[in-house]
Amino acid sequence: MKANYGYKDGSGDFFITVDTDLCNGCGDCTTACPAGVLELVENGYDIDAETPIAAVMKEHSKKIKYSCMPCKPAAGYAIADLPCVKACSPGAMEHSW
Amino acid sequence: MAEVQKGKEYWRWTESRWTSPDMDWKSGGIISAGVDVGSVSTQAVVMVDGKLYCYANMRTGSDSPESANNAMKWALEGTGLSRDKIHATVGTGYGRVNVPFATKAITEIACHARGGNFMYGPQVRTILDMGGQDCKAIRCDEKGKVTAFLMNDKCAAGTGRGMEVFSDLLGVHINDVGAMSLQVAEEPPPVSSTCVVFAKSEASGLLRQGWPKEKVLAAYCSAMAHRIVTLLERIGVEKEFAITGGISKNVGVVSRLSKELSVTPLKTDLDPQIAGAIGGALFAKALYEKKGK
Amino acid sequence: MITAGIDCGAKNVKVVILNDGKVASKATAPAGIDTASAAEKAYDDALKAAGCGREAVVKIIATGSGKNEPRFKNDIVTEVGADARGIHFTSPNVRTVIDVGAEEGRAIKVDENGKVVDFAVNEKCAAGAGAFTEAMARALEIPLEEFGPFSLTSTQEVPMNAQCAVFAESEVVSLVHRKIPKQDIARAIHNAIADRITSMVRMVGITPEVALIGGVANNVGFVVSLKEDLELDLMIPEDREYIGAIGAACIAAGSQ
Repeated sequence: MKANYGYKDGSGDFFITVDTDLCNGCGDCTTACPAGVLELVENGYDIDAETPIAAVMKEHSKKIKYSCMPCKPAAGYAIADLPCVKACSPGAMEHSW
Repeated sequence: MAEVQKGKEYWRWTESRWTSPDMDWKSGGIISAGVDVGSVSTQAVVMVDGKLYCYANMRTGSDSPESANNAMKWALEGTGLSRDKIHATVGTGYGRVNVPFATKAITEIACHARGGNFMYGPQVRTILDMGGQDCKAIRCDEKGKVTAFLMNDKCAAGTGRGMEVFSDLLGVHINDVGAMSLQVAEEPPPVSSTCVVFAKSEASGLLRQGWPKEKVLAAYCSAMAHRIVTLLERIGVEKEFAITGGISKNVGVVSRLSKELSVTPLKTDLDPQIAGAIGGALFAKALYEKKGK
Repeated sequence: MITAGIDCGAKNVKVVILNDGKVASKATAPAGIDTASAAEKAYDDALKAAGCGREAVVKIIATGSGKNEPRFKNDIVTEVGADARGIHFTSPNVRTVIDVGAEEGRAIKVDENGKVVDFAVNEKCAAGAGAFTEAMARALEIPLEEFGPFSLTSTQEVPMNAQCAVFAESEVVSLVHRKIPKQDIARAIHNAIADRITSMVRMVGITPEVALIGGVANNVGFVVSLKEDLELDLMIPEDREYIGAIGAACIAAGSQ
C-alpha cells in the first residue's frame, strides 16, 4: 500500500510516500531523520498486519515542506541523498519534491 | 432535533438520522457500531449482523467525547436499543481516540475504504472523501482494503471549510451553493488562487467588478474541482469511482469534477457522509467475531 | 541620471526615484483592485516629491507580484533580483535577506556584489506571509498595527496546530472560547509564522549580516519571534518597505 503523507497547498505538492508493502518496520529512517519527522506506527491500514510501519508524525505531516527544508538546500539536491531515503534499505521511502 | 435555522449561519448544513424500516435489533445478531468524529461532523452508525440498522449525522461540537455521545444517542433515538447492548464499537476520524465507549480506534482511511466498499459495492476502486477539514483520496481492492491513499488536512482549499468561507462571503446557504453555481450560461474561468485566503480576496474583487454571485460560485466550484483532480493524480483514479463526505452533496463541485475526470461517480441512497462510520461498524463486527473465536 | 523603481506588492505599490545614485524621493499607495492606477498615482506622487517631470526619467523598472500592471514601465525584474540589488545599495554588508510581504515570503542569499547566490520563496499560500498575521488579527479583533506589541505582553506559551490561515482562524476562535488570554494566542500566532520563515531561511543558509525587509518587518511581535528562532540579531533597514523599489531603480540606472 502506498501511504502518502503530506499535503498540496497553493505553493506546491509536498508528500512523503511510504510503500508499506516494502517497509519492513526496521525504523532506520526514524533515527536517520535529523528533524525527527518519522516514527514507527501500528499498521492501521491492515488489521492483520504484524510489523509496524514507518509514518510521518502527525505534527509534521501538515508542515513537512518546512520540517524537511534543512535537508533540501535551495540550490538543488538529489532525492536519493536525503538521509531518510538513504537509510531505507528496502527502498520504501519517496519524496515528491 | 432538526436545528432551527438561525440568522446568518449560511454554513449550517442539514443534519440527518435514519432507522431501517424493516429490521429488528432484537433478532439476536451481532450489534456493532462505528462512530466517526470528524472536525466538522460526527456520524454514528449501528449495524445488526453487518446490515445497516440506524445512523445519525450531526455537527461536531467543541468537545469530541460529547459529540460522539450525542451522535450515538440520536442514532439510537426511538429504536429501543441502548448502548450497553452493542457488542463492539470502533471509533474513527479525527477525534477517534476520544470516543469514550469505543472498543478500538481505527484510522479513517481504513474505515472509509471498508465503508465505501459496503455502500457502493465491491467494484469501487477509488474513493474520494471530501470532508469539512480534509480531503482524502483512497484506492482500494475488491475487499475494501486500502492499496494507496493520501490525505490533505493541512490546507483548507478543497475542503468543506473552504466552501463555507465562500458561502459566508456571498451570503448563500451551503446547501444551495452547488445548484446556484450551475445557473450560469457560460462557465467562467476558475478562481486562480488555490489558497482560500487569496481566493476570497480574488472573489471580492470579482464581486466589485459586478460579477453575479452565481458566476463567482461557478468560478470557485470549478477551481475546487480542478484542485481535487490534480490531488487525485498522485494516487490515480481507477473505476469505479465514488465520492463521500459533505462536498459530495455539492452538485456544483461534483458535476465539474466528473466532467474533468470523465467518470461518473457511483450513486448511493445513503447519506454519503456516513462511509467512515459504516466502515467502523464493520470493523467492530470483525473484531468481535475475532475475539469470540 | 534619473531612474525609477516601482514595486507592485499585493497590498501596496512602492515607488522610488533615484537621481545619480541617491534616493531622490519615495511614495506609496494601496494597491487596491486596480494596481495600474495605484502605480500611476504613487509614481506621480514620487515625481512631485523629487521635483521632476516624467520626461526627466530615463528608465522605469517594475517588480513585485503586480509588476506587469504599470502601463508606463520600460522593463521588469524579479522580486528576488530587486531585493538583492536594493539591499546591496542600502546595506552592502548584508548576506542574507528575509523579505516578508503581504502574500509572499522570501529568503535570499546575496554576495558582496549584490548578486543572488541562492533563494527560497513561499508564495501562493497565506500561511507563510503577512496575510496570515492579518487574518489572525481580524479573528482576534485586534487592529493590525497593535497586534505585534500586544503579543509581547503574553505570559504563557500556547500551542497552535493549524498550518493553514483558514484552519488557524477556527483554532483561534476555539482558543478564545476556551478563555485562553488573547495576548498568548497572539504570541503563538507570531511564533508560528516565524517558525515557517525560519525553515525557509535555513534552506538558503544563514550568513550574517541578516536583514529583514518587507511590510511584516514593521510588526515587532514577528521580529521578536524571528530573532528568537534564528538565534541572532536582525538588521532592519529604515527603508524596509522600499528595498525592492530601490533595487529596481538601481537596476534601471545600471542598465543605462
